[in-house]
Amino acid sequence: MPVHEQFEIVIPSDTDAGQAVQERIASRLESLEFSMRDVFGVRLALEEALVNAIKHGNGLDPAKFVRVNCLIEDDLLRVEIEDQGTGFHMEDVPDPTADENLERPCGRGIMLMRSFMTRVEYNATGNRVVLEKQRSGG
Amino acid sequence: MSTGQRRLDIEEVGGVTVAKFVDKKILDETNIQNIGNQLFALVDEDGRKKIVLDFSAVEYLSSAALGKLITMDKKVKAAKAKLRLCCIRPEIYEVFEITRLNKIFDIKSTQEEALGGL
Repeated sequence: MPVHEQFEIVIPSDTDAGQAVQERIASRLESLEFSMRDVFGVRLALEEALVNAIKHGNGLDPAKFVRVNCLIEDDLLRVEIEDQGTGFHMEDVPDPTADENLERPCGRGIMLMRSFMTRVEYNATGNRVVLEKQRSGG
Repeated sequence: MSTGQRRLDIEEVGGVTVAKFVDKKILDETNIQNIGNQLFALVDEDGRKKIVLDFSAVEYLSSAALGKLITMDKKVKAAKAKLRLCCIRPEIYEVFEITRLNKIFDIKSTQEEALGGL
């Protein structure tokens, strides 16, 4: 499978730096003619994952960094994002679509990632996530 | 008074305040904060009772932006005002559907529809 892009980058705990990585990956997918919906979903999922890592993981601490590893093949994007925080447990995240949580202003990021990506997997600690997007057919 | 660069175009149409998002991407933190402040000021400071939020320019928005919209909805309800959303492109509407926020917000396809009977 030809690899179109592969890079590892370490960014500061700053959402602007996260946006730059997100833009780099989304632009590459656009140039590889991934569908608009695919690119929309990837951009959204990366935004949520990077903000989680930078804000919730590293707590915007300038002494901490986020490592992003990206691989783009013909039909697959794989991004690994790791922060230096203490992690979290998935079971502690309430279901944002439950009636009692619908009006809570937070807690939708992980759900959006899962909806728009093919695979979203956290390590046991909860400070590293792997996001995969398979190119949509048609 | 809200701070930061203006992120909403505001106009009055037949007694209804139409607030149109200026940005294509409602993603970054500062931007979302500014948008939130400007939205909340419509209710808290200006006391507007009928508000339509027009999303026609918006191509991307994050869960943080959804959070601001939810807070806005609560303020509107507390002030006994009315809020409608309109002109949301399909990809973004899908975000509202996935999160079930289409159940909370009154969403119309066009601005005309949103203005009708508000």
